[in-house]
Amino acid sequence: MFVAWRELRFARGRFVLIGAVVALITVLVGFLSGLTGGLAAQNISGVLALPGTRLVLQQPDDGSPSFATSTLPSDALATWEAAPGVTEATPVGITQSRASRAGVDDLTGVALFGVPTATSESEPNDVLALAPSRDDEVGLSAGAAAKLDARVGDTLSIVGKDYTVASVGADLWYSHTPVMTMTPTAWSAASQRTGGTGDPTVMAVSGTPDWDAVATATHTQAATPLASLTALEAFRSEIGSLGLMIALLFGISALVVGAFFTVWTMQRASDIAVLKALGATTASLVRDALGQALVVLTVGIGVGLVAVAGFGTLAGRALPFVLSPLTTLAPAAVMAVLGLAGAGFALRTVTHADPLTALGSNR
Amino acid sequence: MIDLRDVTLTFPDGDQRITAVDHVNLRGLDGQVTGITGPSGSGKSSLLAVAATLIRPDSGHVLIGEGADVIDAAALSSTNAAALRRERIGIVFQQSNLLPALTAREQLLVMAHLGGRQSRAERTTIESRVDDLLDAVGLSTQAHKRPHQLSGGQRQRVAIARGLVHSPDVLVVDEPTSALDQERGAEIMRLIARLTHERNTATLLVTHDLVHRDTLDDLVTIVDGRVVASIG
Repeated sequence: MFVAWRELRFARGRFVLIGAVVALITVLVGFLSGLTGGLAAQNISGVLALPGTRLVLQQPDDGSPSFATSTLPSDALATWEAAPGVTEATPVGITQSRASRAGVDDLTGVALFGVPTATSESEPNDVLALAPSRDDEVGLSAGAAAKLDARVGDTLSIVGKDYTVASVGADLWYSHTPVMTMTPTAWSAASQRTGGTGDPTVMAVSGTPDWDAVATATHTQAATPLASLTALEAFRSEIGSLGLMIALLFGISALVVGAFFTVWTMQRASDIAVLKALGATTASLVRDALGQALVVLTVGIGVGLVAVAGFGTLAGRALPFVLSPLTTLAPAAVMAVLGLAGAGFALRTVTHADPLTALGSNR
Repeated sequence: MIDLRDVTLTFPDGDQRITAVDHVNLRGLDGQVTGITGPSGSGKSSLLAVAATLIRPDSGHVLIGEGADVIDAAALSSTNAAALRRERIGIVFQQSNLLPALTAREQLLVMAHLGGRQSRAERTTIESRVDDLLDAVGLSTQAHKRPHQLSGGQRQRVAIARGLVHSPDVLVVDEPTSALDQERGAEIMRLIARLTHERNTATLLVTHDLVHRDTLDDLVTIVDGRVVASIG
């Protein structure tokens, strides 16, 4: 790195420029990742918090299962509950509706989850913990309580019926609406009032049954909670477009860094030939070139991450934004790796430099 | 000492090969400047490239050193040839070929950082010679300057110091005065001769300009790749 450090100082304008570009791309990637994480949490946190190792949805005759259209009739529920190997089966009803605090006209979109209360044998679970014990009560996720400005003891009106807030719990969301829990009976009635069948829409199952056999027999599909997220249309389309944007930014980052170092290395091809003529090993020249790229990437990405942390903290108050290692450090590491790969394209100039050209007079 | 024995070098030219160096025998002795001259295209720079191990000859031997220490550079792989240049051969190019990002002092220090397996002690040895050499070429007060802040003659002096900083057995010099005026050219030639004698280096120097003949200990003339005259 003897020459590399000195070149970084000597051509600091050029390196500051590329470092700034890397920092800006890091800000874009970090911001988009945080936003994606935030939007994803507002889409799926309620689903991921359901109990069970697999979620069972109705398998339609044509197309894929969907949380929005799934209905599990009582015989399918009974078959799953009785299937050998099943240790726990919790029918859950999910529908979206609107709610308001008594005396307030503003309606707020909510996701109604009909779930039984947790038993003493149940694993600790955020959704079950929120379930009320009485049919005229509801449990509010933190988001629902904030949106409705409601506290324990307040009365809420949901599709023409009043309920008392029994508890406020974890921050759970479903398809961008905050989760509110009801007893299965209350949920069934509410579902019917909104035009639904009143049947549970999902079953959370644990154990080791013959998943495929039971699913085929009941015209259902059993998937892990993560895999079942594809049955959430809003999440699928949202994460697809945001993921594509992030992937494109990664590609742009690799291309920009690669193009910069290709041009930079070609500009110093004659210097590389001189160093080789003086006896430099190709390995030391490669180390220098990659070291330079790593320094630029580290500084650029570091500055970008600081900006993301700042923006993220501010944006988190107004936007669904997740500031975590997964949305900052992970994308940063991918950018560093792709940036180095881009810089690696320039190495051909280093490895193929002919020391004999240093003897020429064309310099 | 450097001893080129029956060296032949050819280059591809369409379907055929042209002979740049044709069965040349040449010996450069320690503490002496051996000039190589000849008309353009005579093969003198090609011969210098062979001596500097920048290219392998088709046949012949390039013996560097003496006694048990002798090594045939013509038989070395490119990696080993690079190691030989790092340790036992100094090169001064026609243009100074200094690295624009480095100061004069760093142009010499870089020789201790070219890779390979130099020990810390070897590096320290090179680093300890840097100031002496800059002083020897009259640039101790210009050590902090980068190439664009130096004159052509000063740049060539730095290049000479760089060629000698690792105490090579052999110094190969390619037309060092071609970019300089008469007065500065004479200074550079005298400097090379003085350092060659002081440091007991075997110097091969290609020149087309015989104005400075008096600074050469030997002169070899090459025409069409062959040695046609040798004057001691």
